[in-house]
Amino acid sequence: MTNKMIFAGFGGQGVLLMGFLTALTAMRQGKNVTYLPAYGAEVRGGTANCTVVISDEEIASPVASNPDFVIVMNNPSLVRFANMIAPGGTLLINSSLVHGEIKRDDVTVVPVPLNELAHELGENRSANVIMVGALAQATGVLTIEALKEALAETGLGKKPKVLELNRRALEVGAESARQALAKEKSA
Amino acid sequence: MGEAAVRAGCRYYFGYPITPQNEVPEYMSSRLLQVGGTFVQAESELASINMVIGAAMAGARVMTSSSSPGVSLMQEGISYLAGLELPAVIANVVRGGPGLGNIAPAQSDYFQATRGGGHGDYRTIVLAPDSCQELCDLTVKAFDLADKYRNPVMIMGDGMMGQMMEPVEFPEAIDLAELPAKDWTLTGAKDRPSRVILSLLLNPKVLEDHNFKLVRKYDAVTREETDWEEYMLEDARQVVVAYGTAARIAKGAIKRVREMGLKVGLLRPKTLWPFPDKPLKDLTRVVRQLLVFEMSAGQMVEDVRLAVEGQAQVHLYGRPGGVIPTPDEVAHQISHYYYQAGLMDKDQQSGRQGGAA
Repeated sequence: MTNKMIFAGFGGQGVLLMGFLTALTAMRQGKNVTYLPAYGAEVRGGTANCTVVISDEEIASPVASNPDFVIVMNNPSLVRFANMIAPGGTLLINSSLVHGEIKRDDVTVVPVPLNELAHELGENRSANVIMVGALAQATGVLTIEALKEALAETGLGKKPKVLELNRRALEVGAESARQALAKEKSA
Repeated sequence: MGEAAVRAGCRYYFGYPITPQNEVPEYMSSRLLQVGGTFVQAESELASINMVIGAAMAGARVMTSSSSPGVSLMQEGISYLAGLELPAVIANVVRGGPGLGNIAPAQSDYFQATRGGGHGDYRTIVLAPDSCQELCDLTVKAFDLADKYRNPVMIMGDGMMGQMMEPVEFPEAIDLAELPAKDWTLTGAKDRPSRVILSLLLNPKVLEDHNFKLVRKYDAVTREETDWEEYMLEDARQVVVAYGTAARIAKGAIKRVREMGLKVGLLRPKTLWPFPDKPLKDLTRVVRQLLVFEMSAGQMVEDVRLAVEGQAQVHLYGRPGGVIPTPDEVAHQISHYYYQAGLMDKDQQSGRQGGAA
């Protein structure tokens, strides 16, 4: 079983950190992983993306032509990556910011209103961690428990208060994805 | 790479910052201090490589790292290292060129790395890892090879390898005291006869002898150290030749075309010099179609053509400029040449016997 995923958004949204947390957690769960950041003259407000591959087998290519999961945090990323998703794949979008039309009917769309959820949680900066929680729910590869453990290693949990907040953020994300997926099924 | 170097006994690092390899000096700047080593951010690449010469002459395990334009600046020093027969490790995290180029992953320094790069009759050993684990393993090996042959060793990575993260299992740190003693280092001649390490050999006859001595060393390296990986070659009718990051992408592509029933394998040089000529030549007894895939306009393809001596058709898929093709694009090229050569028809006619040597 191999899962390829691309995370994309503005620089400053924590896009690379999302990918890093995902890869680290999968590694701690005993999977083979690769984490490939697109780098360049990256700046806050510019574009950022990274590719993560999680597999039970040896990973051949760390580059994904047709990712199974695409996590889109802003509109430009939707335009760039929506067409790449493998048929039957899943598109997770930050529905607070992404309003473009999704012109595909062969993928599952999971809208997560990140900005609102993060605001309710009391920390706007936790939006990316909420999305990772949603991704864990959608993939079924990562467990929320393992993510909570891995948080402490990433700097997202150096202070106990921040760690606790991010752990809650994961749960909020998972719950949001659970609801969105149930809605998609019944629709 | 940094941690692997430290565990291999590297205690001196001299370098000058350049993207996409700044993670190495950043790591070394704090890590070397913990093990009693020395880190110097030099004023230029020229200064860095000359500091490397000095430390190597004194017998230390020493390295520098840079990226394409910086490595160009170091070529004079690398030529001196080869002429002086000094062990040192130079890592080139290759980016797009020529000139300042860009900071994206590329393999366009193949000629520079494998042909010496600097002036004079010399060779550097060139290692090409394709994963973070191999980058770690080959870094350790680079220090051993450098000492064994008293020769500069280059690790050729690329921007992707410089930035990518994968799980790595580190080897145990070596004990510096257990390394074979070097009987040629310049460490002060108190209580022993003085030693001389010279680069200037004015008498042509003396220099010729020195050159032939180097040639004998290079022959030994070629015999002993040529290394490559074979991937799905057993029943292959077409073989992709690729190294480093390109080989990773090619493996992904081969998995895809295998699903479509195409019998395609990969030969991946792990040493770019010495180049695996013999396995390629042996391969041509059963495989007549080779596709060289590299992230340059076509450099290694020349070595492949030399190796097969006209016994196979050698095609090129080269993507220069820092572009990373996807496995799909490579798979498309593979199947294009596969069908063009009529290999699909042959597959249907007979289940071919035997495998690649």
